[in-house]
Amino acid sequence: MKIVRFLFVGMFFGIVLVKSEAVSWYRIIEMFKFQAFHMYGIIGSAVILGVVALWVLKKSRVRNAEGQLIHINPKDRGFVKYLLGGTLFGLGWALGGACPGPMYILLGTGVFSMLIVIASALLGTFVYGILRNKLPH
Amino acid sequence: MEFLLKPWPWYVSGPLITLVMLLLVYWGKTFGMSSNLRTLCSIGGAGKYADFFRFDWKAQRWNLLVVLGAIIGGYISVTFFSDDSSIALSAQTIADLEELGFHKVGNTLLPPEIYSWDAVFSLKGISILVIAGFLVGFGTRYAGGCTSGHAISGLRNLQWPSLIAVIGFFIGGLVMTHFLLPIIFGA
Repeated sequence: MKIVRFLFVGMFFGIVLVKSEAVSWYRIIEMFKFQAFHMYGIIGSAVILGVVALWVLKKSRVRNAEGQLIHINPKDRGFVKYLLGGTLFGLGWALGGACPGPMYILLGTGVFSMLIVIASALLGTFVYGILRNKLPH
Repeated sequence: MEFLLKPWPWYVSGPLITLVMLLLVYWGKTFGMSSNLRTLCSIGGAGKYADFFRFDWKAQRWNLLVVLGAIIGGYISVTFFSDDSSIALSAQTIADLEELGFHKVGNTLLPPEIYSWDAVFSLKGISILVIAGFLVGFGTRYAGGCTSGHAISGLRNLQWPSLIAVIGFFIGGLVMTHFLLPIIFGA
């Protein structure tokens, strides 16, 4: 089953995020207080390397596993949704220290109270889906 | 082997996250963890209530496997790749948090003042977890992505929407850290 490779990518991602301490609430607070370079180093190096690597892959016309040229779907246009949605996300991120990847990783480290955060994140997503047509985007 | 047990420095971790993103790109997928919340809502039957949840979630099975892997990865790292060292936070962060009533800052990944069962079974404690989760779930879908989708995946292409979203992440995070946390925990 080729699909199992995604399980291994997830495991690798989980291990990297725990070992880098990027899943730690303390590290996130330290970042928002600008008191250490650690988180900026992780996110910054990941982004810069990603920009360079994708540019090289596109320039050299590398094809993906399905034989197609590498293509990144552009995000939808908009402003309010990105700024307002981003701000709400940031408030929750700094309060609970769990974004949508780390919440599962932290559950795996044995923090079972995280299930409450996951359940209420599902509720938040559900409520967004209900209100979607009434919100400014 | 000893290197594996110690916390990994940023210049090791950052490039490894890029590797995860590139692997998914190579396999024709987009790295984004928050989509799974929408997928799970759909599987749970949310399509009965909103069009937003009526989509072919089976095409997202790969991403649910990433989630399952992430849970296992969390387990593996604390069980086999840990030397129980505390987090080397800046002295100022530790002092600031102690002033707000946090103890043993950095001994665990998450503060017991928020995540221990003692904390969870108080009105304040459960409210913090429920509100934090709700904001993350609602905000991430409203903004169309989270840290992985916008910061790591979106910025690599230097897209405006992702830059605006990341600015939003910071506005929210700064307001919470500097104005709201002192009110929530200082009182």
